[in-house]
Amino acid sequence: MPDERRGFLTKLLAMVCGGAAVVPPVAAGLWAFLDPLSRRSGAARFMPVTELSAVPDDGIPRQFAVISDRVDAWTGFAAEPIGAVYLRREKGSDMVEALSATCPHAGCFVEMADANRCFRCPCHNSAFTLDGGIVHPSPSPRPMDGLECRVGKNGQVEVKFEKFRAGIADKVATA
Amino acid sequence: MSRHTDQAAKTALKKGPLGQLADFFDDRTGFRAVVHEALYERVPGGARWRYVWGSTLVFAFMTQLITGLFLWASYSASAQTAWESVYYIQHEMTGGWLLRGIHHFMAQAMVVLLALHLLQVVIDGAYRAPREVNFWLGLILMMLVLGMALTGYLLPWDQKGYWATIVATNLAGIVPVLGPSIQQLVIGGNEYGHHTLTRFFAIHAGFLPGALIVMLVVHLTLFRKHGLHAKQPITKPDAMFWPDQVLKDAVAMLAVMAVVLGVILMPALKAMLAGEPIDPGHLGAELGAPADPSLPYAAARPEWYFLFLFQFLKVFEGWGATGEFLGAIVVPGLIMGVMFLMPIIGRWNLGHRFNVVFTLGILAGAGLLTALALNEDYYALWIDKAALADAERLYDETGGDEEKLAAAVGNDPAGIAAMKKQWHTLEKVRRSEAFLAASRQAKVDAARAIELAGRPERIPAAGMLELVRSDPLMQGPLLFAQHCASCHAHVDPLAPDAAAQFATASAANLFEFGGASWARGLLDPEQVGGPAYYGNTAHKEDDMVSYVTGDMTDADTWSQEQIEAVIAALAAEAGRPDPLSHPDLIAEGRKLIADGDRCGSCHRFGDNEMDLGTAPDLTGWGSREWLVGIINDPTHERFYGDTNDRMPSFGVAKEGGAPMLNSQQVGLLADWLRETWYRPASHVAGH
Ligand code: FES
Repeated sequence: MPDERRGFLTKLLAMVCGGAAVVPPVAAGLWAFLDPLSRRSGAARFMPVTELSAVPDDGIPRQFAVISDRVDAWTGFAAEPIGAVYLRREKGSDMVEALSATCPHAGCFVEMADANRCFRCPCHNSAFTLDGGIVHPSPSPRPMDGLECRVGKNGQVEVKFEKFRAGIADKVATA
Repeated sequence: MSRHTDQAAKTALKKGPLGQLADFFDDRTGFRAVVHEALYERVPGGARWRYVWGSTLVFAFMTQLITGLFLWASYSASAQTAWESVYYIQHEMTGGWLLRGIHHFMAQAMVVLLALHLLQVVIDGAYRAPREVNFWLGLILMMLVLGMALTGYLLPWDQKGYWATIVATNLAGIVPVLGPSIQQLVIGGNEYGHHTLTRFFAIHAGFLPGALIVMLVVHLTLFRKHGLHAKQPITKPDAMFWPDQVLKDAVAMLAVMAVVLGVILMPALKAMLAGEPIDPGHLGAELGAPADPSLPYAAARPEWYFLFLFQFLKVFEGWGATGEFLGAIVVPGLIMGVMFLMPIIGRWNLGHRFNVVFTLGILAGAGLLTALALNEDYYALWIDKAALADAERLYDETGGDEEKLAAAVGNDPAGIAAMKKQWHTLEKVRRSEAFLAASRQAKVDAARAIELAGRPERIPAAGMLELVRSDPLMQGPLLFAQHCASCHAHVDPLAPDAAAQFATASAANLFEFGGASWARGLLDPEQVGGPAYYGNTAHKEDDMVSYVTGDMTDADTWSQEQIEAVIAALAAEAGRPDPLSHPDLIAEGRKLIADGDRCGSCHRFGDNEMDLGTAPDLTGWGSREWLVGIINDPTHERFYGDTNDRMPSFGVAKEGGAPMLNSQQVGLLADWLRETWYRPASHVAGH
């Protein structure tokens, strides 16, 4: 074998062997690191939040904690507050509207403001009307996220507690 | 070089054993040459103060490395241990407050030093050939440092770190295509929790510093290779790095350290001068209340050096998703892009000027945005609200409605415009007031959490959040506000706005319910039918009110002393006796309550044989058990029976449903109303 070709082959082999030796630890690390990408939060479920009588029919939203079992990696939590929703009922109505308390701008906790006349996010001042509509001009790209809500026969208010991607114009549930 | 080493070896020979030892190692490692290389760098034009910034940065990083490693030795990254371990470092470990304080404030100093170093390099044109690569390395180093600052903020897992991180990671999520995946990767899933912490910690203490060390070594090697970029014109003779420049560097490092220590110790000094006790746990870095995803946190703000980015997002008001994308990704990206191009732009004289103006402009812009952000938050502190009184009244009357406003100011366009301007100011004031109130509340919550963590029983295995959530003092006001405050007031009758609050309430004031002061008001003919008791309820005209305003005002039937005895007995039933009440007085009061011609003519008390259902049973009135009972079901015959006004049965589940309040929540409300919550020993002693 000519020296030149032998030299080239040696170099190539050295690189291939060296590279191959390094691949497993890096690949194993990345494989594990990318694990969250394969995790799905599972379909959103309806969760009982409160009773119809606890939502006054005055058109003013009230904040309710959503209580649910929850798993955080290896820890299981039983019946914990996992977030909050606003519930609102018009005068004399038996229908309840539910809004997520999470700001669609970047995820802060939207609060009632201005003596209950509107919602306002304490972070970048996005304001919303009581039914969640956007008050222009606003940093938020979309209105507050409405949540599916139903009232059971026994007066139990149930909300489909979902999370949506922040900062985009469309309401897209997180994976 | 080698000649020099030979000479050194010869002279060392004469120096005895130590010198010989040094020679032994030098022969085998060549360390003398390395040290020489490191120290005897020529500094053109002599040592100068303007060259110290780089060294102070290296020093700051070393400080972070040292303090960070020691913090690591006590930190535990998980949702149930992060806050807890940081609490332990800050409040219980000897010197923990100092360690954490240095790490916290040196990080801030580092950001300032970075800005100064960058500014100096740009102004001096030190990015020009052949130093371009080193300038780029510097920019990468800057981003690594900012990344460490961002990730470090979350690690204590307190409310402010938690909410700031939610915003930051959501912004990462709007990067096109890869955004959601990036977000998922750093959060470690779809929810914030254990893996958010483990990942942030690995990034903060592993990936980023590891990368930084590599980059820093190259940065410094290149710096040495090119030599120091001397400021022209050179007027003084050259000098050696050691000791002239080293001295200046060392003084600058000491100054940085002194500033950091000063910031940490300033409150201690103030306390000392005021003769107050010093609690070292409250020196240095703050620790907020533990992160709680279900609790609003209106004081959410990033660390001050990121405030300009935070404020920048508000600039794009009304731009929708495009605005957020521009503000969070595109503009910062473009700015970094221009900075990376600086060495190329700077090849032309005009280009260099552009670079300088650009950098100054960016810094000034960031400064301005920071000032704007602070102004918005603290606006209420420097505005005279009295001047807005009219605007406020009109706003509340009209509800901000434009037509009503027009009518109110007589359709005068100038008046409308002026009022609208005032309303705008008013809105800013109210926003700021909300922020300030939230910040105060955050301080109160943090202090309480820390107090609870210090209980002799320690933090439960489930973590601090469980303790916070089972604390009547923290949860009571929230539960009350949500479930009770739409009817009941809870305000000290001596408070300045008490009357106003009573007027809007439609049920009794429950402040100090069960205590002697509450019972005294109940038996006061002036008050029992007033808004603080039954005045705004269906019981306004009931027997209780007429009895207190009638029979009990007759001194022959009820002497003042007898009324006092009943008050004392009621407070004793509630388990909140006035310590000054004599047992005989209480016993006397109990007899009066049971008496079939007095209270006992309506109320069951003990075994006085009065039927239940006419009036609430006073046995154990106001005790925890009694309160839990009435909150659960006021329509029970033991309480108001079918005369119950509007109070819901909070603890009774409708068929197939869950009750409005679970037993833990009812218990928390009862405990809060009775003011039974954990108090540290020292406080109890002080009472
Ligand atoms: S997160 Fe709500 S306005 Fe930005």
